[in-house]
Amino acid sequence: MRKFLDNIAPHFEKGGKYEKFFSVYEMIDTFFWSPPSVTHGQTHVRDAIDLKRVMTYVVIATLPCILMAWFNTGMQANTGMAGVGMDQVNNWRGDLMAMFGIAQGAAAEGNLLANVFHGFLYFVPIYLTTLIVGGIWEVLFASVRGHEVNEGFLVTSMLYTLTMPPDAPLWVVALGISFGVVLGKEVFGGTGKNFLNPALTGRAFLYFAYPAHLSGNSVWTAVDGVTGATPLGLAATGGIQAVEEAGFTLQQSFLGMIPGSLGETSTLACLIGAAFLIFTKIASHRVIFGVFVGMVATTWLFNAIGSDTNPMFAMPWYWHLSVGGFAFGMVYMATDPVSAAMTNKGRWAYGILIGFMCVVIRVANPAFPEGMMLAILFANLWAPIFDNFVVQANIKRRMQRNG
Amino acid sequence: MEHLMSMAVKAIFVENLAISFFLGMCTFLAVSKKINTAMGLGVAVIFVQVVTVPANNLIYQYLLKDGALAWMGLPNVDLSFLGLISYIGVIAAMVQILEMFLDKYVPVLYNALGIYLPLITVNCAILGGSLFMVERDYNFTESVTYGVSSGIGWAMAIVVLAGVREKLKYSDVPDGLQGLGITFITVGLMSLGFMAFSGVQL
Repeated sequence: MRKFLDNIAPHFEKGGKYEKFFSVYEMIDTFFWSPPSVTHGQTHVRDAIDLKRVMTYVVIATLPCILMAWFNTGMQANTGMAGVGMDQVNNWRGDLMAMFGIAQGAAAEGNLLANVFHGFLYFVPIYLTTLIVGGIWEVLFASVRGHEVNEGFLVTSMLYTLTMPPDAPLWVVALGISFGVVLGKEVFGGTGKNFLNPALTGRAFLYFAYPAHLSGNSVWTAVDGVTGATPLGLAATGGIQAVEEAGFTLQQSFLGMIPGSLGETSTLACLIGAAFLIFTKIASHRVIFGVFVGMVATTWLFNAIGSDTNPMFAMPWYWHLSVGGFAFGMVYMATDPVSAAMTNKGRWAYGILIGFMCVVIRVANPAFPEGMMLAILFANLWAPIFDNFVVQANIKRRMQRNG
Repeated sequence: MEHLMSMAVKAIFVENLAISFFLGMCTFLAVSKKINTAMGLGVAVIFVQVVTVPANNLIYQYLLKDGALAWMGLPNVDLSFLGLISYIGVIAAMVQILEMFLDKYVPVLYNALGIYLPLITVNCAILGGSLFMVERDYNFTESVTYGVSSGIGWAMAIVVLAGVREKLKYSDVPDGLQGLGITFITVGLMSLGFMAFSGVQL
């Protein structure tokens, strides 16, 4: 393969036949081998980690969430089918599963493989759509503007897919990733130059533009005609009592066996990913702990204030942690090194702001049951200001010291 | 008191003049290249807002409103059609007075603000503040609160935008979008972030 790539290389270099497609060639080449170019000039840092490896590590860190997404989506779908007495999925997924002899509906109860396979069939179309549509945009911009396609998009597409409801129509998915990639990232010049998280930009755009496909009660279970509110949606109307009455336990919600977007239901899977990211120092532990601290502190504040009319005030912090997209956002979205704060103190402030905003939106804003996505976008806006304050304070201190 | 508090939060975050009503866009886009000047302009807007909204409130309540001239013995006179011109006149006069006052007593701030101080006269966020005050029929204390908080909201928005734009200095924007184009997109994405507050009932 190396030989093949080297052989075709001249066609893509300047003056070659396919000069326009150099970015595509470069993308495939450096995906498999580390780039041959080294730094020119005086400074030279030897480090095996470059942007590509960083991004690949993040994709590895989402693995637990992906596996959980397959299993849980399948399980929710099968349980939903059993609930309405369907024993065969009435679209291509059902035919495919019948072909391989995979159990569906009530028959699949407790069957790990059947659940994973069923969920996998929902995950793959969404992920493929994201990859193809987003990839086309990415390559288009890279070719026209002469920069490289890089693995940042792999992360974006994976995270974006994991925040989609399993039942999202594919054209909506395509529209969202187009918005995220083009307006969230490429108009600013590509990876590293944007100021909002591209995956979340796309998701937020869809949330406001097509609420019927992305929120409400009917989208969370991947079976036609089966509605299942997310625990967070229940909590928004009836508080934690309503969640427990609907039969969701804290343990279920922590493990992720609840209706919700593809990959965000399992707090456990997110925490495994977090451990990996912190251990490899890809993600800033300051941001993650900042978000956590901000969330717990704000929840305590609301618990202490209390309210007769709004049951969300009394929701304890461990429920906030385990329902909805909080853990997922905390681990994968908030830590995006481009849109987060760059200074260490700024990262704490940024994290705490996210935790604070998330709980405030969940509790005080009746329009949105989930606040994590908007909280992170909001904090993305503030990150440069935090950095600016930290830098200014540093300059002032140094001036005083060295006078 | 609680009523005033929730009004202030609403004016700063939920109904932010710049981000959710897109008022005062001309200065908002033009003077947001650096954080420091943006802060200076923000402070000036807060200042003018605090003075003009209550002043216009008094004018509206005691001169222009239907029946407001009863104290002069003219209970049937309705001068509210003079609203726009009187508010803008008050704003222009206030800005002039403020400018002279700062020039005389606080030259540091005067020099820091420079041209932006007279520019505030034509900032639609200021006139918008006064018109909202009239439309929602605020009384005097409410109008003071609204003046302070809407000014703070606008100042906060412009400082945040300036921070983002300082960061975007390092970005590689396509030719056709450089300058104002990308700023418009940035402001649009910013208001997406501020959508977090829409729907908050206070």
